Amino acid sequence: MDEAMTGMNEEVGLSFGADDSEPLGQTPGSASGAETPAKFVSRGVDVFYGAKQALFSIDIDIMPNEVTALIGPSGCGKSTFLRCLNRMNDIIDGCRFSGSIVLDGEDIYARAIDVVHLRARVGMVFQKPNPFPKSVYENVAYGPRIHGLASSTADMDEVVRTSLERAGLWEEVKDRLHEPGTGLSGGQQQRLCIARAIAVEPEVILMDEPCSALDPIATARIEELIDELRTNYTIVIVTHNVQQAARVSQRTAFFHLGKLIEFGDTDQIFTNPRAERTRDYITGRFG
Amino acid sequence: MRETQHIVKSYDEELQSISTRIIEMGGLVEAQLADAIEAVVKRNAQLGAQTDQRDSQVDAMEREIDEAVVRLLARRQPMADDLRQVLAALKIVGILERCGDYAAHVGKRAVMLAQDRETPGIAVIGRMGKMVRDLIGDVLGAYARRDPELALSVWRRDQDLDQLYASFFRELLTAMAEDPKNINACMHLLFIAKNIERVGDFATNIAENVHFLVLGVLPAGKRPKAAKGDYSFEQ
Ligand SMILES: Nc1ncnc2c1ncn2[C@@H]1O[C@H](COP(=O)(O)OP(=O)(O)OP(=O)(O)O)[C@@H](O)[C@H]1O
Ligand SMILES: [Mg+2]
Repeated sequence: MDEAMTGMNEEVGLSFGADDSEPLGQTPGSASGAETPAKFVSRGVDVFYGAKQALFSIDIDIMPNEVTALIGPSGCGKSTFLRCLNRMNDIIDGCRFSGSIVLDGEDIYARAIDVVHLRARVGMVFQKPNPFPKSVYENVAYGPRIHGLASSTADMDEVVRTSLERAGLWEEVKDRLHEPGTGLSGGQQQRLCIARAIAVEPEVILMDEPCSALDPIATARIEELIDELRTNYTIVIVTHNVQQAARVSQRTAFFHLGKLIEFGDTDQIFTNPRAERTRDYITGRFG
Repeated sequence: MRETQHIVKSYDEELQSISTRIIEMGGLVEAQLADAIEAVVKRNAQLGAQTDQRDSQVDAMEREIDEAVVRLLARRQPMADDLRQVLAALKIVGILERCGDYAAHVGKRAVMLAQDRETPGIAVIGRMGKMVRDLIGDVLGAYARRDPELALSVWRRDQDLDQLYASFFRELLTAMAEDPKNINACMHLLFIAKNIERVGDFATNIAENVHFLVLGVLPAGKRPKAAKGDYSFEQ
């Protein structure tokens, strides 16, 4: 067969069937095989909503300047895990976290952590575009203003402009900056939300099904954007669309019933997954 | 190949139908090879000509399966095992088509050979033919049953055919040197033997695809090959 395939010669996958306690795939701590330290290191993360356990001992390393996709059937805990990464679960009543998540060597659940500051470093884009009922300009300027990131009007204009440019929206809105953000199309609104997330100069952007309300063209633009953003940011995306995970991510984590079943290079997951349940899910064999 | 079914049932049916048609196509190629070799061994010009003509059926099957694969890729975006299955199908079909071409070549030469003087060594073509049909038959069985072990055995066994080809090559050289009147017929035999040897190589390529399809990896290491030395003879 082709030379191109001979890279896959290592002996894998002869015994399938993940044991419940041990996710298949990369050993935590050696995720990339290289020396690059992980951006996030999650260890033994359990999350409860009241008495119900939603996540079971999740160990994942999230690498910088990569897109990590979280996939799995509805209710498996993808959003819950995503929200752990910037402590958005703190605001949910009855939600309890244990384990550790370390961002650049610092435990984000440590008492000394300033959660507002954390959320500026780790921004979030939601499923439904949710611009504030304000102008396009104000939507982007809001974050930098409360975090004191721009000292003059000229500075702020610059922040707004570069954020909109990076979000691939500038050309479309430069003549209507002072019109309401809610007047944009769904795809434009989602890019506005990305611009808003970028404006506070985060290091990580979390996205929870950012394209589920968009048509294929708007989706393609967001996916293209995600790929560009990866040069400057670390991205974690939850998606129901396995094809999207295959297209945009470098690493994929498959969750099922609150457990991490398999975590590995996206190329491997989509050509030769090791766990039966991963295969069944991505090939459309169970829902 | 797996017990769990797709949620969308027609997807399973489409994958299954591609597999079935490849096995049918393989059966046709096997029959073509058998006829072409028999035409050589029995000096049956009519059978040789038939084999040559029937090659268009193999080509038509290839096109049909290719189209089904393209439709499936476009509509289902297969992943994981399904993706490997579809990729393997595409490659195996291409290889089978070329095997069909070689069978037709052999058929064509059988026609010419039947008109030429009888030469020694034609029995070796029969032996090579039996070997290559076993290889193709086994590799198609390995595909049908998704059996990587059988695929590996084909992958390893091809060297026997290579060895037989190399010694036949020497035999033919000697025959031509002994009596120049043999040259024409021996050259036909040489090309025929070379074609059969190539089909054996194709069987190993199919075996690699079956291995990859089932296990997600190619067979480990280098394929065992008989030293061809000076006897390699590229057409
Ligand atoms: N605020 C909440 N209160 C109580 N239970 C919750 C809450 N949020 C999530 N859960 C439960 O936790 C589990 C994981 O939910 P989560 O939203 O993380 O799943 P998900 O993988 O994101 O699903 P989806 O794909 O449907 O968005 C589910 O069983 C869900 O019912
Ligand atoms: Mg969710």
